[in-house]
Amino acid sequence: MKIRLADIAHSRSGDKGNTSNIGLIARSPEHYQTLVEQVTAERVKEHFAGVCKGRVERFELPNLHALTFLLYEALDGGGTLSLRADPQGKTLGTALLRMEIEAPE
Amino acid sequence: MIRIANGQGFWGDSPDAPVSQVRRGPIDYLTLDYLAEVTMSILQKQRARDPELGYARDFVEVVERILPDLAAKNIRLVANAGGLNPEACRRAVRAVAQKNGFDLPIATVSGDDITSRIDELLDRGVEFRNMDTGEPLSTIRDRVRSASVYLGAFPIARALDGGAQIVITGRCADAALVLGPMIHEFGWKTDEWDRLAAGIVAGHAIECGAQGSGGNCQDDWATVPDLADIGYPIVEANPDGSFVVTKHEGTGGRVTVASVTEQLVYEIGDPRAYLTPDCGADFTSFHLAQDGPNRVRCIGVKGLPATPSYKVSISFAAGFRAIGSVAYAWPDAYEKAKAGARILRERLERMGLDFDTMHSELLGANACHGIAAAEPSPELAAQLPEVVMRFGVRSRNRIAVERFTKEIAPLVLSGPPSVTGLGAGRPKVEEVMAYWPALIPKSAVNAVVSQ
Repeated sequence: MKIRLADIAHSRSGDKGNTSNIGLIARSPEHYQTLVEQVTAERVKEHFAGVCKGRVERFELPNLHALTFLLYEALDGGGTLSLRADPQGKTLGTALLRMEIEAPE
Repeated sequence: MIRIANGQGFWGDSPDAPVSQVRRGPIDYLTLDYLAEVTMSILQKQRARDPELGYARDFVEVVERILPDLAAKNIRLVANAGGLNPEACRRAVRAVAQKNGFDLPIATVSGDDITSRIDELLDRGVEFRNMDTGEPLSTIRDRVRSASVYLGAFPIARALDGGAQIVITGRCADAALVLGPMIHEFGWKTDEWDRLAAGIVAGHAIECGAQGSGGNCQDDWATVPDLADIGYPIVEANPDGSFVVTKHEGTGGRVTVASVTEQLVYEIGDPRAYLTPDCGADFTSFHLAQDGPNRVRCIGVKGLPATPSYKVSISFAAGFRAIGSVAYAWPDAYEKAKAGARILRERLERMGLDFDTMHSELLGANACHGIAAAEPSPELAAQLPEVVMRFGVRSRNRIAVERFTKEIAPLVLSGPPSVTGLGAGRPKVEEVMAYWPALIPKSAVNAVVSQ
């Protein structure tokens, strides 16, 4: 069965220059493993195709049941240059929560 | 144990938050974070207009309101409100203190502003290569407007050691505002990496203001109590580096493991080595636990040795931009907004104007999430009550951007129907600053504490 990441995780996102920084947090410790297995850097890159022009790097924070992602070249030049309504990518965290994954057993 | 509060997460945050922090419960230190890259570019423009400006002017009003509490309760204030001009900021604060009959020792921390030293430093072999792209500074040298080094917490601690009740800094690492008081109080040494890193994690937890105490919190946001009266976060710090994040009793908001975790994963780059001027902090090392209502305890932070460099943020002129918008109403709001953007783009292209970039978005459809949201289905698109078409351009050529600002309004009479302009008049042309991140050897920078 497919679920959305929003069903098992919450997030917060921000910027460093032209790089978007997304933190993805499992709503309960048992869901952390699901995030590790399914929310790979490759899937995130695919999810943000057209938004993220560079690579995606993923980090694991098992102590916080969280993953963080760096999306390079994802902010249209960055905070002061971008013409977007969301120049700092503050809403890209919830954009990630749209991702569909296989429901954990 | 000492209590360090945050009362400002950015310049433009609530002017009442610092007042609430000093009045509604016990604190020992109040920290106010005013600076972001966007802020530095505003300060730079202000200083260019008037050499007595270039600091966060709202800070002076805040100080005036909280002076009686600072004095009566012996609360010490640490703020990076000095921006590009800490001395002018101190003069303004001193004047307002004297006017109100207070005489508090005020220190400044400077040496971060290396704008006038760039050529000297280039001659000495500091390359200022762009940390992201590796390009040499010569690419933009003639357009540089300011260069600020992110200083660490030890100069702040020295200012406090010297007896300052108010410490005004220029650019420093945000978390240094919180780590500085801990170093001063607990006597931490420059190589106590785990403790310094604990101070950085604590600082990171509260440096964005109420975003650390239930604001902008996605974890069951609708159940966060009384956001209208949200309490800003406070750290209760211990000499061993352990700390509790909390807020004043009786205030709104929520401090839970989930709400604190959201802030801790925010903008940290590589979490295994979050680099600051004083140490690296390992965000994969520590543990959080709920320690009573609105109390989250953090233990076990591991640190890494500091690097031999400081980070420098160099601002440079990157042209001009303008952004305008119009709103289209049902029926076919989405299709009309899309057509409006296409028509405007065609008109601009026909004029042959010299834009670096043109960008259109449909607010109400998928502007925020972009491709991740996909285009609305035809059924959904047909139901949208209204869609805002937002269009922006950027160019090195100011005249091209000015010409663009005259093309939004005509769309109302010469484009798709059922449309209304937003706001008053033509869009404003703004000068754009961009940022060039670089490194500088610590030996080339002299942090100056003036008591």
